[in-house]
Amino acid sequence: MKAIITVIGFDKVGIIAGVSGLMARLNANILDINQTVFGTNFIMAMYVDLTEMNVSFKELKEELDKIGESIGVNVRIQREEIFNAMHRL
Amino acid sequence: MLTTKEIMDTLKMIDEQKLDVRTITMGISLLDCAHSDIDIVCNNIYDKITKYAKNLVKVGEQIEEEYGIKVVNKRIAVTPISIVAAAAKTDNYTPFALALDRAAKEVGVNFIGGFSALVQKGYTNADRILIDSIPQALSETDVVCASVNVASTKAGINMDAVRHMGGIIKDLAQNTAANDAIGCAKLVVFANAVEDNPFMAGAFHGVGEPECAINVGVSGPGVVKSALEKIKGMPFDVVADTIKKTSFQITRVGQLVAMEASKRLGVPYGIVDLSLAPTPEIGDSVAHIFEEMGLERAGAHGTTAALAMLNDAVKKGGVMASSHVGGLSGAFIPVSEDAGMIDAVLAGALTFDKLEAMTSVCSVGLDMIAIPGDTPKETISAMIADEAAIGMINAKTTAVRIIPVPGKGVGDSVEFGGLLGHAPIMAVNSMSSKDFIDRGGRIPAPIHSFKN
Repeated sequence: MKAIITVIGFDKVGIIAGVSGLMARLNANILDINQTVFGTNFIMAMYVDLTEMNVSFKELKEELDKIGESIGVNVRIQREEIFNAMHRL
Repeated sequence: MLTTKEIMDTLKMIDEQKLDVRTITMGISLLDCAHSDIDIVCNNIYDKITKYAKNLVKVGEQIEEEYGIKVVNKRIAVTPISIVAAAAKTDNYTPFALALDRAAKEVGVNFIGGFSALVQKGYTNADRILIDSIPQALSETDVVCASVNVASTKAGINMDAVRHMGGIIKDLAQNTAANDAIGCAKLVVFANAVEDNPFMAGAFHGVGEPECAINVGVSGPGVVKSALEKIKGMPFDVVADTIKKTSFQITRVGQLVAMEASKRLGVPYGIVDLSLAPTPEIGDSVAHIFEEMGLERAGAHGTTAALAMLNDAVKKGGVMASSHVGGLSGAFIPVSEDAGMIDAVLAGALTFDKLEAMTSVCSVGLDMIAIPGDTPKETISAMIADEAAIGMINAKTTAVRIIPVPGKGVGDSVEFGGLLGHAPIMAVNSMSSKDFIDRGGRIPAPIHSFKN
């Protein structure tokens, strides 16, 4: 299963480190990262492969929520199919 | 990889524009539950529903979690109960409604549809019992929805049933008077009812449907409105094209969810129904789409044209996005469930008669309209006759879900709560239709229905 993690919020030190550290710990493979800063707004999209992940999707989601809360940004994860359905024929 | 803009577009649709999967509806055939003993039928119904729909809510929640899109409702539609109950020896079908209610609550769905009868050409004995049971059945249950199909393009209009239903709606209103006639929000009178509609209150599982099927309803009036905000002042060709593209994107989400739910539940996928179904929430209004198109308020002259184009463009976008589009697919125009429609009524912009005109081009009909409690039953029947005529002649589904609120009149309002919203009581024509309705009989099918 592949998914997209998005982080939206104020630009702060440690956002990418926090999320990518978690991916390493859970054995999820990062395939690509895009990040953009609009003024003070930070948007990061991370494309991850969860095939070998050692926890459930639900647990991963809870871990990401924790990171989001501790850094003060909105972190979410969604399976990639929903984006492909809308934007790819 | 997807671009950041594409990802953000999707997130905006979900967060700000209220794109959601409005319902995953499991259709279940109850044909094999029939028996002459009423207790056995009730047990069969309960057992079958709780077995088939055991994981429905769980799967809906899993999909919501993994795809990050709200799955607002999980629901069940069953074979019209007048067919399932026909063999049972009883003159009151309320126990079947109670069995449906219990089963629905056990599996955790918020509505179950199919306390229904199809009488467009005439009644079976069971149809008559079912219809007569509606006022009691819907006042003694919480989540059961009923529908009666009184007309079709092929069969014409059963005016006996039309007359009957006016009285039934009044009785149901009286039975649920303590809750502002909420029972009437769970009863739909149809012309050309469809067998695979996932939306309530009119969902039932038609006899041409398989043993079990997953039908999905997606909605997103806010997404359409938002897309139109970017093309202010542009000609209608551009408007139609924009709506089509937007509906395509929305329906693709519905298709994805339908396939996934079908796979996880091990049940074939039936159809995706893309209907712009408003809710009272801010940013989820069909009326606001009309305003975005350039009308001061819903109900202004031009609203019927706006709705006709909207409904058609939604269907065109939806058809390409899904392998099987069905249900109602179009734009709903309920009054109480749409903040912009309520405002339009309060501002005097939207009248009952204009709503009737709009139903000739929308995908449903007179929906969630509160009217004075002292409206005669024949007047309600006449409203049903008008809607049925529009449906019959235009070969489209039309419906009447009207609420005569006991003890209330024009100037008052009612609060139904939740998705059902609130509604100002609307004025109706005070001229009598009694002698017209008392005639009964059948209005013959129109000439253009003979296509064989």
